[in-house]
Amino acid sequence: MTRRAVARALVYLSLIAAALVVLLPLGVVLLTSLKTGNETANGSGALAPPDDPFNFHNYVTAFQDGGMLTAFGNTAFILVVSVGGTVLIGSMTAYAIDRFTFRFRKAVIALFLVAALVPGVTTQVATFQIVHSLGMFDTRWAPIALYLGTDIVSIYIFMQFVRSIPISLDEAARLDGANAFTIYRKIIFPLLKPAIATVVIVKGIAVYNDFYIPFLYMPSQDLGVISTSLFRFKGPYAAHWETISAGAVLVILPTLIVFLALQKYIYNGFMRGATK
Amino acid sequence: MAHAHTHPPSPRAGQTATGTGRPSAKDAAPAPAPAPRRARTWRLLTPWLFLLAPLTLLITFTYAPIANMVAYSFTDWDGVSPDLHYTGAENYAEIFTREDLFQVFWVSGYYLAASVVQIAAALYFATILSFDIRFRTFFKGVLFFPSLVNGVAIGFVFLYFFQDGGTFDTVLGLFGYHTDHAWLGTPVSANVSLAGVSIWRYLGMNFVLFLGAIQSVPGELYEAAELDGAGRWHQFRHIILPGIKPVLTLTVILSVSGSLSAFEIPYIMTGGATGTETFVIQTVKLAFRFNKTGLASAAAVVLLLIILLVTWVQRRLVPDDRVDLV
Repeated sequence: MTRRAVARALVYLSLIAAALVVLLPLGVVLLTSLKTGNETANGSGALAPPDDPFNFHNYVTAFQDGGMLTAFGNTAFILVVSVGGTVLIGSMTAYAIDRFTFRFRKAVIALFLVAALVPGVTTQVATFQIVHSLGMFDTRWAPIALYLGTDIVSIYIFMQFVRSIPISLDEAARLDGANAFTIYRKIIFPLLKPAIATVVIVKGIAVYNDFYIPFLYMPSQDLGVISTSLFRFKGPYAAHWETISAGAVLVILPTLIVFLALQKYIYNGFMRGATK
Repeated sequence: MAHAHTHPPSPRAGQTATGTGRPSAKDAAPAPAPAPRRARTWRLLTPWLFLLAPLTLLITFTYAPIANMVAYSFTDWDGVSPDLHYTGAENYAEIFTREDLFQVFWVSGYYLAASVVQIAAALYFATILSFDIRFRTFFKGVLFFPSLVNGVAIGFVFLYFFQDGGTFDTVLGLFGYHTDHAWLGTPVSANVSLAGVSIWRYLGMNFVLFLGAIQSVPGELYEAAELDGAGRWHQFRHIILPGIKPVLTLTVILSVSGSLSAFEIPYIMTGGATGTETFVIQTVKLAFRFNKTGLASAAAVVLLLIILLVTWVQRRLVPDDRVDLV
């Protein structure tokens, strides 16, 4: 074998090893979710296939007793409101900052920039007091307000896009008598579609997966989102790995479907989201 | 992101319409505007109307908490009672002198080490997958997918994985290494396991960032290099590495602040037991379980200062305006 061929073989070997490392833990959980309580208890080995590959009993238990329906409902509500709000607020901010010259413009930009350097987890002790004093603690509005209030990333994404929209479009509309709000609504917003797709994906996945904020701000059982509801499995199902696994698969499955369907946009979205 | 910088800043005066619904006053130059005062007020006000909601949210949920946090950190407040006493720098002294409070910084070391491995591996996979490889899309997807998965689900997946006689032991057994190890049972092996999970989880994110950066390097550069007889290593060293420097430095900052603020995986998997307590777990416990809001605030201020310091040092060492946003 030539040196080049050896190198090539090693490259593929490393890729296959990495794929195994990623897929194995997930695959095992899928296997476990299809086993019965007896199968997991008698320790036939984590890699052993389930006796009945169509045993969906654990999924029923996880979905019903684990309150997953409420969880998906709460998550959906918070997701729609905060993603919608982020799109609106982010695009408005970007429009105001990019298209107007006004006093304190630089100061406003600096406020948003500096905020991006402050990791949310560090300020929660004090944020908690504010959320509490606003009467939002243990309501769905607490996470919504926090997701809206701290989303600097989407403002940046929108800012990049607003800059690339030619100003001549605004000017033409103004000649036709449009005011700033009409220009935003009829020209800027529709042209921001690619940026909106990016923000919806990045923000949507972040909200769907967030644990910290709902965990701190919505302790009530019936306000569980999918993260916190799944976390509660730890108590009642502690020894029942088959149920916990089914719950985990239930939570991962929507992500997998969305990922497979929107792969291209998700890659682009995350590249844009994370470099901003 | 490059396109944004090609657009020259243009004068943007007089972009506001009158708001009265009349044809724009400035276009009908000779005729005096009917209500110049009102028009002027509107023009000054318009950007602020757009900024009202975002600025209110930004101040309420970012700046007010920071200011309050600094204030709380000098008190003995419990977060509930109306009276709080100014205690000077006592809380800060406590953090740096009490060993049990300070040990969380050592735990961050595991996550920092993990992020070095993570960045190196992400760089390696991004480089090889930017060249022509069979099943490229498949490998890309597999490597990236974990970074989209819910943290609680990941915690459970690996809790099962690391169980006594669980998946990990079974796999090691396949290689003839028989062990019945409680991977989360001793501080060192627990922290190493948890840091390993965080590599598993975040590698894909770095990988995709690097991949995007590598693909934005103009292809002609590679062609020219190949003509000059440069091997893969030289291409990596002299074309790829300089080309992705901005993203690489950004990743380093994010990794440091991420390592310091590790929370989800250790909290979900061990709850901070067996020496796996991280800074954020400790702060959450101090504030919300033991009602030591003052002390927790001081801890948070310390964390924030460290993160800002790292960011600042990095910006000084590698000044790069391409990471700048505005």
